[in-house]
Amino acid sequence: MPTYGALAEFKTPADLYVACERVRDAGYTRWDAHSPFPVHGLDGAMGIRRSKLPWIVLVLALGGAATGFALQTWVHMSAYPLTISGKPFFAWPAFVPITFELGVLGGALGAVFGMFGLNQLPRHNHPLFESARFARFSDDAFFISIEAADPKFDSNQTTRLLAGVGASHVELVEDPA
Amino acid sequence: MSRDVALDALRAEQVTIPQGHAFSRIPWIGGLIGTLGLVVSLVLRAGDSKQFAFSWLVAFLFFLSLALGALFFVLIHFATQAGWGIVVRRLAENTMGTLPLFALLFVPVTLGMGELFPWIHEIAVGNDHVLNGKAPYLNTPFFVGRAVAYFACWTAIAMYYVRRSRVQDGTRNEAISLSLRRFSGPAIIVLALTQSFAAIDWIMSLDPHWYSTIFGVYWFAGSFVSFFAFLTLMVLLLRRAGLMGNAVGSEHFHDLGKLLFAFTVFWAYIGFSQYFLIWYGNIPEETIFFRDRLVGSWRSVSLLLGAGHFVIPFFFFMPRTIKRHPALLAVGASWLLLMHGVDLYWLVMPSLHPEGVALGSLDIATFLAVGGFFVAVVSWLMLGSPLVPVGDPRLSESLSFENF
Repeated sequence: MPTYGALAEFKTPADLYVACERVRDAGYTRWDAHSPFPVHGLDGAMGIRRSKLPWIVLVLALGGAATGFALQTWVHMSAYPLTISGKPFFAWPAFVPITFELGVLGGALGAVFGMFGLNQLPRHNHPLFESARFARFSDDAFFISIEAADPKFDSNQTTRLLAGVGASHVELVEDPA
Repeated sequence: MSRDVALDALRAEQVTIPQGHAFSRIPWIGGLIGTLGLVVSLVLRAGDSKQFAFSWLVAFLFFLSLALGALFFVLIHFATQAGWGIVVRRLAENTMGTLPLFALLFVPVTLGMGELFPWIHEIAVGNDHVLNGKAPYLNTPFFVGRAVAYFACWTAIAMYYVRRSRVQDGTRNEAISLSLRRFSGPAIIVLALTQSFAAIDWIMSLDPHWYSTIFGVYWFAGSFVSFFAFLTLMVLLLRRAGLMGNAVGSEHFHDLGKLLFAFTVFWAYIGFSQYFLIWYGNIPEETIFFRDRLVGSWRSVSLLLGAGHFVIPFFFFMPRTIKRHPALLAVGASWLLLMHGVDLYWLVMPSLHPEGVALGSLDIATFLAVGGFFVAVVSWLMLGSPLVPVGDPRLSESLSFENF
């Protein structure tokens, strides 16, 4: 079976934080940190760049709003030009609620499905679950995983690096797929 | 961790304005500007007492809205047990501490009632059927009585919170936080009712036939967003002057920026709702309000409000970078304060100048008069205690606050 990557366990969030800074400085790009609770400043220690999600939300929200406005303009001006309560065909204030709602809908769908997409969810399993120790990531243990797909990955050097930055236990995880 | 702050990281001396600091001159400068503005206003009043009354009302409402926004912020802060904003709460307390001053600044409005409010004369004549029906509410004794009640409520609530919060600086008594929290819910109800009725009395009754049930919320929305703009400017200026120690940072700016963004949207939402329902209903005594504001140069002001109070700040405050950037945030906050002034001018002045915008020397003089006294009292209150509530039991939470 191919190797998925290296998994290192840490005892405290402070150990994890320091280790993340070292892994970041070593130049790894395809790796992650796992903690039962959010650790303040960990994104900075891991060198994570800003998510692209806000841009997805902005584009879909503006797109939704534009769609809503265009749809109503088309309906009232060319498809079904009816006089409603004495207003002109292009009664833009009346279009605003639906424009707003479709903008919100676009933004909300963009946020939810953009988040799923960027996190590569949903998925049925993850190779890290092959490790018996990893189950405690949601209880009382802290982990760093470095993928074998990382260009800098080398099973000897990477495990040595992880052992050297304060890990209490380091293992190689295999990919069952 | 990057911004780990120890429990007693902030000492009162770090956030207290030192004696003899240049800042201690500001109350005097403010008082001087206020007095000069008042003298010039009174001189000009001899020429045009009606213009004086309207100009004074706009200036009075502008600064009052900052103080009422501050009062609401402090109350909601306790009611929700907010953690992030404790470092800026004292500045809001100092702003709402000006509310007793506004009772005094209201005197010219009372004296100018006859010039401001047409219902006084029309009800006296008795020919107007609609206004005769409104007479049980719109009459001079009740109007003045209501104003007294508003100021009594606002002063009582504001001074209670200001005093107790300062007592806590020294005693660090947690019970004070608990009692202020318990009192905040009922106080919010009182504030919501009084400021809605105040907006009806002082702005809506300028055109006594017109009515809008959302008007109190519109006034509140403008008041709250302009208060956040004022708070942001205070925080940025004090920090620049080195008077806030390391108490505030980009995490707090970020939150202030988010609130500015949110309440800009809220103002637009309420403002558009008001316009939309009146436009759709198309009833003459309702649409007259917008008809007056869509003729002549008032049309340009209406469009300016839509663009300047909503569209431009909406996109300006959207990026995270701007909310965390002091200089850009200050630019946005100043712009919103300016737009709030335009908003109030747009609400009040068409009653006096239906033909179009007519900015004059009295507008500037009364603005300097009210603004000078307002700044004097706010800065004087700042000298009297640390700029951060150093005795708050949850201060460390606010100091080490981070946005995720």
